[in-house]
Amino acid sequence: MLTIVYFAWVRERIGLDEEQVARPELGATVADLVAGLAARGGGYAEALGDATRLRAALDQRFVGLDTVIGDARELALFPPVTGG
Amino acid sequence: MKRVAVQAGDFDVAAELAALEALGGGGVASFTGVVRGGGGLIALELEHYPAMTKVQVDRICDEAMARWPLLGLSVIHRFGRLEPGARIVFVGTASRHRTAALESCAFLIDWLKSEAPFWKKEHFADGATGWVEARVEDEVKAKGWNGQD
Repeated sequence: MLTIVYFAWVRERIGLDEEQVARPELGATVADLVAGLAARGGGYAEALGDATRLRAALDQRFVGLDTVIGDARELALFPPVTGG
Repeated sequence: MKRVAVQAGDFDVAAELAALEALGGGGVASFTGVVRGGGGLIALELEHYPAMTKVQVDRICDEAMARWPLLGLSVIHRFGRLEPGARIVFVGTASRHRTAALESCAFLIDWLKSEAPFWKKEHFADGATGWVEARVEDEVKAKGWNGQD
C-alpha cells in the first residue's frame, strides 16, 4: 500500500487528510497516479484535474510529477507552498 | 549554533536576537514576518506538513551554513490561526561579516517562501475564505540564489 497525504485546497476538495491506495505498478510516476485519482471524478477531479497547479513530495522530499514512485512509502500532493 | 523551531506559539524577538548577539561575531541580521491586516482580513490560517517541515527547514539552514561563514542562525516558523499583527516567521543570522549575515538572512527567507511546506488560508470578516496563491516572483527569487556563488 501507498499512503497519500493531501494539503490545503487539495485536501479540502478531496475531503480527506490522507488515504491508503494500492501500490501503483512498477515504473508508474506521480503524474500517472494523479491522473488515475482524478479519473475518480467529483472532488478528486476538482483537486487533481489540473496537474500544472500541483506539487508533490515523496517520503518528505519535493519531487517533480514525472518522478517514478518506486518504493516510496508516502506521497504528498499539494498546491505550491506559501510559507514565509 | 543552529536553532530551528516550528511552533504554534509566539516567540520573543529580543530573546532570539540576544542569543545571536551573544555568539560574539559582531554582526546580527534578522527578518520578522508579521500578518498584514487590511481588506477585511481577520485571520491567516497556516497549515503545514508536520512530517516534512522541520526536516526541510533544517536542510535550508544547513545550506545557508555551508554557503556563508555563520556563527549561528535561528529560524522560527509558526502555524495555526494568526491574527493581523501576529508574528509568523523569524530569521536571524550571526556572523563576523555583515555581508554574510545580511545575505544569508535574505536567502533563508526567500527559500522558506518557496521551499518550506506551509500553506496560508485567509479568513475575512464577511465569512469569505481563500487560499493564498504562490507568487511566481517568490519562486524566481529563491531560484536566483542557485545562480550565485
